[in-house]
Amino acid sequence: MGRKLLFDKAHIEGIRYYDVYRANGGYGSAEKALKSMTPDQVLDEVKKSGLRGRGGAGFPTGMKWSFIAKPEGVPRYLVCNADESEPGTFKDRYLMEFIPHLLIEGLLISSYTLGCNSCYIYIRGEYAWIPDILEQAIAEAKKNGWLGKNIQGTGFDLEIYVQRGAGAYICGEETALIESLEGKRGNPRIKPPFPAVKGLWDCPTVVNNVETLAAVVPILRIGGEEYSKYGIGKSTGTKLISACGNINKPGVYEIEMNISVEEFIYSDEYCGGIANGKRLKACIPGGSSVPILPANLLLKTAKGEQRMMTYESLSDGGFATGSMLGSGGFIVLDEDQCVVKNTLTFARFYHHESCGQCSPCREGTGWMKRVLQNIENGKGKMSDIDLLWDIQRKIEGNTICPLGDAAAWPVAAAIRHFRDEFEWHVLHPEEATKRNYGLAHYADPLVIAAPAAV
Amino acid sequence: MFSEEKLNKVKEIIARYPAGKQKSALIPVLHLAQEEFGGWLSAETMDYVASLLQIKPIEVYEVATFYSMFNLKPVGKYVFEVCQTGPCMLRGSDNIIDYIKKKLDIGVGETTKDGLFTLKTVECLGACGYAPMMQLGKHFREHLTPEKVDAIIEECRVKAN
Amino acid sequence: MAEEKKLFKVKIDNISVEVEPGTTILNAARRIGGDIVPPAMCYYSKLQGSGGKCRTCLVKVTKGSEADPRPMPKLVASCRTTVMDGMEVANITSPEVQEARKGVVEFLLLNHPLDCPVCDQAGECHLQDLSYEHGAETTRYEFKRRTFDRIDIGDKIQLHMTRCILCYRCVFTADQLTEKREHGVLGRGEVAEIGTYIHQSLDNNFIGNVIDVCPVGALTDKTFRFKNRVWFLKAVDAHRQCEDPKCCGKTVLWMRGDEVFRVTARKDKYGEVEDWICDTCRFDKKDVKDWVIEGPRNIDRHSVISQGHYVGVHKPKDTLVEVLDGRQPKLLLDIHTVSEVNRPDIDLSQIDGPAHSDDFNKK
Repeated sequence: MGRKLLFDKAHIEGIRYYDVYRANGGYGSAEKALKSMTPDQVLDEVKKSGLRGRGGAGFPTGMKWSFIAKPEGVPRYLVCNADESEPGTFKDRYLMEFIPHLLIEGLLISSYTLGCNSCYIYIRGEYAWIPDILEQAIAEAKKNGWLGKNIQGTGFDLEIYVQRGAGAYICGEETALIESLEGKRGNPRIKPPFPAVKGLWDCPTVVNNVETLAAVVPILRIGGEEYSKYGIGKSTGTKLISACGNINKPGVYEIEMNISVEEFIYSDEYCGGIANGKRLKACIPGGSSVPILPANLLLKTAKGEQRMMTYESLSDGGFATGSMLGSGGFIVLDEDQCVVKNTLTFARFYHHESCGQCSPCREGTGWMKRVLQNIENGKGKMSDIDLLWDIQRKIEGNTICPLGDAAAWPVAAAIRHFRDEFEWHVLHPEEATKRNYGLAHYADPLVIAAPAAV
Repeated sequence: MFSEEKLNKVKEIIARYPAGKQKSALIPVLHLAQEEFGGWLSAETMDYVASLLQIKPIEVYEVATFYSMFNLKPVGKYVFEVCQTGPCMLRGSDNIIDYIKKKLDIGVGETTKDGLFTLKTVECLGACGYAPMMQLGKHFREHLTPEKVDAIIEECRVKAN
Repeated sequence: MAEEKKLFKVKIDNISVEVEPGTTILNAARRIGGDIVPPAMCYYSKLQGSGGKCRTCLVKVTKGSEADPRPMPKLVASCRTTVMDGMEVANITSPEVQEARKGVVEFLLLNHPLDCPVCDQAGECHLQDLSYEHGAETTRYEFKRRTFDRIDIGDKIQLHMTRCILCYRCVFTADQLTEKREHGVLGRGEVAEIGTYIHQSLDNNFIGNVIDVCPVGALTDKTFRFKNRVWFLKAVDAHRQCEDPKCCGKTVLWMRGDEVFRVTARKDKYGEVEDWICDTCRFDKKDVKDWVIEGPRNIDRHSVISQGHYVGVHKPKDTLVEVLDGRQPKLLLDIHTVSEVNRPDIDLSQIDGPAHSDDFNKK
């Protein structure tokens, strides 16, 4: 069994409630931080831990926190990003539903470190029942002196509020989230200024993912040094992976970042192998926006090394032969699945979720969707594949926020690695509507230093 | 108009933000208004919310039309919002959508004649591991099969009577 | 000596300029002027918060600053990126920027109707100019373009969303020039639109400025629509004593003969108004007597509008008269003095209408 830091007590009955959580050592980290450490000491521990943002970008949390501006007399805010909307990702939901106090304790420690007295949890609107769970937990924490005025007699005040979104993927982008929290359309802001200087209501603001903030609790419990010994290299600690698609045991798993992708997919402790005895065709290892990899490149890097579930190993080879750990939304495709169709659903998703503010994303996402629809429905032309490649290239990097990149990458990777399948769709329109391309050569052992297709 | 109780709720929401930042309450109050006034937001409802929060009506329209959860037209009593994005598609969401269409004899975006059911296809709801799934009111219905869909429809019909 | 302000040295396309800290790359480029100025479809220097959206002004920062010379990883919107001391920027010298800009133009035109011949903005449309200078010859988009019905927002302004490129300028204008904004951006993504939601007329004495800030033909002046082509009109600078203190009263009258076809604010070479004007000046003062005319408006010679202009035109010297000692050329030869064939008794100029053989039969 891999070591766990977040879900180590998740199996305990009633851990959702304060009494059980507290009886199992809950709020111990908060107590330690508030009563025996200065904010700078806590920050130091977080820096030492090597914790990286768990929302997808993987930016070092300690560094992010140290950027926050501290002008006199201006309040600072901590915002918890619970707008989990990246297709394939459903880990934060699990954490909030089952161990809400872990998040609240994390928010308390983080707020103390950053000097925030108000904290907002921005949760996606569709998770309509979770605010009730969180609010109940907040009320319990308040009743027991962990929130409100003069927490545990330390003189530190904190209020946590839960705010529901209303259906917009883009609000997971931190500046769009802030706009939404201010009661506006979720249009990402143009940076700079960054939220650390001018965020919520123009005050310095830190926005962190649910899992990142929860991870602060074990860091304080075992110490940053010890935490950094989990995992490999710069991928320290544990990561929640939400596994879905054609596997035997979909669900949320906490992994130590030192296991191989192969172990994660095939061991009974995690995904339990591909469903219905099928073979693995492809996988999107970090949420819909990261590049899809064919089976042969997923399990081994282009250099022939075993691919591990770490930030570094998953991105080994860059976008030519690698992918990203991203948000940990692990989507598995078996041999019966169609990569074109899958890419189409993602293109449709990003088209639906584009805020429409900047032109490349507003116009480009719809264009890609329509071209993919043609290819999928047997109306594609060979030139459409190159056209798609060109559209995604012109969106990527040219937009206000990363949604443009997120829309471009899956299309690029699908063409890069599965061009044969796209061509087959174009050449066999009739057949393509009846059956799928199948596994083809996508699981064949790699010739080392395989050339990139495009 | 909100009841006394709901008005207090609005006040409580506004109190979460610093003075003068009551516009931040817009999305929570719109959720409240949608629940309260028949599952959708009419222009009158939005104007009312604007007056409650002392903002311009256009600021409310801008927000209400941006977020996909706000209905700007009347919907059925029960709205089936079936996810169709990648992970759900891999687990057969297309079949579930087809099944519901046939079963209720409506297309996507349509409401049954009795005004009971509306079928919508939506993009990822964050339940990819429990696919195929749909949102029904405040909750998710996961691991859908035709049998499960039948049971849900039956359950709604019973509740409606 | 007055305290000297520290200026930042910036190089754009290898041309150096010194600007105050806080200046954007775009404005630094405008300081230099000429071809190296990136085009801007959404940025408007007079509107706070504008810019960053259209992405046509993307440039490459090849050197971040003297202190941190690393290049910026992505192209940046020059209208919203401020300069640093020692910064080096590539615009027209960067093939990457040119390529990206071409892509942006294609995106902007994707859903834009290419029917300039029937659009009232033709001749003064920024998108038309942009696509002429930076776009491709053909479109690769094979799908149906999105269309909207024309809407009257009040009796003076027409909104045709089909042409809109969502620059948000009109929204900022309403926000910043009027107390009560009634229109905004509705919907999201590809189907986002400018609108009032419930059909409303925009009612404010400064709302007409949305017509001037609109870079395309989405917002047009109903009192002028299809009355004339802009290049057939003569633009003259004029002013009047306006009662509205917020109105500068300095305008351009678009005239033909003595008739004032429309009134607009004065625009600079980047298409931005020099100062705002009120709706009374714009819509209600269409009599030349209302105005003090200053003289012809100087219009860029590349503009199609200048084709119908008399600016800088010198009447050629009539050398023939000079050579003939002041005699008019028609008197060079009076045919009647040598022949009777053409009936000198019939004066053609006295005939009402075209000459007819009957005229010559008359005795």
